[in-house]
Amino acid sequence: MNFETTIGLEVHVELKTNSKIFSPSPVEFGDDPNANTNVIDWGYPGVLPTTNKGVVADGIIAALALHATVEQHTHFDRKNYFYPDNPKAYQITQADKPIGHDGWVEIDIDGVKKKIGIAEMHIEEDAGKNTHERDHSYVDLNRQGTPLIEIVSKPDIASPAEAYAYLEALRQRIQFTGISDVKMEEGSMRVDVNISVRPVGQDKFGTKTELKNLNSFNYVKRGLEYEEKRQQQVLMSGGSVRQETRRFDEKTGETILMRVKEGSDDYRYFPEPDLPALSISDDWIKQLDAAMPEMPTDRRHRYVTELGLTDYDAMVITQTKEMSDFFDAMVDLKADPKMAANYLQGDVNAYLNDNQVDLAKTKLTPANLAGMINLISDGTISTKMAKKVFKAVTNGEEPKAFVEKHGLVQLSDPAKLQPIIDDILDQNPQSIEDFNNGKKRAVGYLVGQIMKQTHGQANPQVVNKLLMAALNH
Amino acid sequence: MANRINREQVKHVAELAKLEFTDDQLDALTPQLDDIIGLFESLSEVDTDNVEPTTNVTDQINVMREDVADNWGQSAALLKNAPDAARGYIKVPTIIDESED
Repeated sequence: MNFETTIGLEVHVELKTNSKIFSPSPVEFGDDPNANTNVIDWGYPGVLPTTNKGVVADGIIAALALHATVEQHTHFDRKNYFYPDNPKAYQITQADKPIGHDGWVEIDIDGVKKKIGIAEMHIEEDAGKNTHERDHSYVDLNRQGTPLIEIVSKPDIASPAEAYAYLEALRQRIQFTGISDVKMEEGSMRVDVNISVRPVGQDKFGTKTELKNLNSFNYVKRGLEYEEKRQQQVLMSGGSVRQETRRFDEKTGETILMRVKEGSDDYRYFPEPDLPALSISDDWIKQLDAAMPEMPTDRRHRYVTELGLTDYDAMVITQTKEMSDFFDAMVDLKADPKMAANYLQGDVNAYLNDNQVDLAKTKLTPANLAGMINLISDGTISTKMAKKVFKAVTNGEEPKAFVEKHGLVQLSDPAKLQPIIDDILDQNPQSIEDFNNGKKRAVGYLVGQIMKQTHGQANPQVVNKLLMAALNH
Repeated sequence: MANRINREQVKHVAELAKLEFTDDQLDALTPQLDDIIGLFESLSEVDTDNVEPTTNVTDQINVMREDVADNWGQSAALLKNAPDAARGYIKVPTIIDESED
């Protein structure tokens, strides 16, 4: 039996606003529990929420970035449920008229492009956080009211690999808009997953299961792979898939039954009476659209067609807006694009990984790194010397000043190199004889001697040229 | 009784509201709720064809504040009002985790 898979993803993105969605409390992380809360966040009787204009703007920006239609006549709804991290006993969200609908992102798997549809995106408030200890639970409402955008995919995702690519495309686009950090490890991006399989040719979707505890894109992919196989096996052995919620076990890579779902949730949505409806003007949308940063797909296209980068290089550079902006700034400073891309992917990434730090938090600047690359391009320093210069640049030093201070200037002048080469040849008649007898290795030895003599400052290309000319004389 | 709502539905609504009723109470409440729904049914006599659904009755629109943070510094007072608190947290009976997040 052949199967096809349908995957649905609900992605929550935490917005980087200054204040909460319905109260002016600050949106800050790592503060003392409940420090950033007021009577509105606690859901005191008689308090009234007020909509944060910045959140609505971010919702419009997200819709535009995901090629969605902005719903211009929109409002909030109440979703009713009891839970201790939700003091009002309802969440203010959007059910009826979400701020954006019918969008898409493009994914690319081994060169094959596919559009994944986005059904809708809505703005809503986050809940607080519970910690459980032996005898009691403890509630921190700092997160209560933090603005979220929930992005719901259409049932277009047909494999775990596509799910991964979709999440990556979504993360990149949102990150480039600057409305969220979209970091799963920090909780500013959260992913809910459902999956079903059905025999090829069957019209009706199979029964779907929900997966929890997927804390990285990789776990999402692995959890889905396991679940896809499990559901196929259930069907092939004549069984039927139950509607249930399963937890992904990071250690074993398996999904484990948490609970069987009975009936659908009953949230009794109704229009939020405490908040006036929104009417989003054409002008506001136009204004936000005009200020929209260049998206990663557009940047990749520009890097490949205008700057001559490979598809792969362009992809790596556009992983984050930070890196891409850094690259653009270096190119503006006349750094060779290919070399700039190589340094960012190689030495810079290695440095960031070794120190577990974000680019913005380092002392690296586009000016200093571009300066170093320009010194390589004009032959002032060799790539070998650049290793030392790079280290200095990571400490915030200006490359030209560093090179001058440490005498790291490459010897490229033939008039200065020729006498040194002649000396070395005079001292090594045996090597010349070896070379004449066809032993090419002799060249390497002679170059080594010349480099030694010049304390590594000789320009290897110039040395090679002069040496070969002398030997073939 | 007109059977606008049955006993099982009343039980379901009670569960959603985290209310517990005895069988006797459910028997008594079911016809009462049925009557109440009956009263509201007169609303359906109004012709609402070609009328946009109302989401808000104030006729206000686009009431928004700028995204400026202002900490009102109320957390100590709020925690004092909580039934129980510890280390800045609200202390509650142990929660069995069945949240959706």
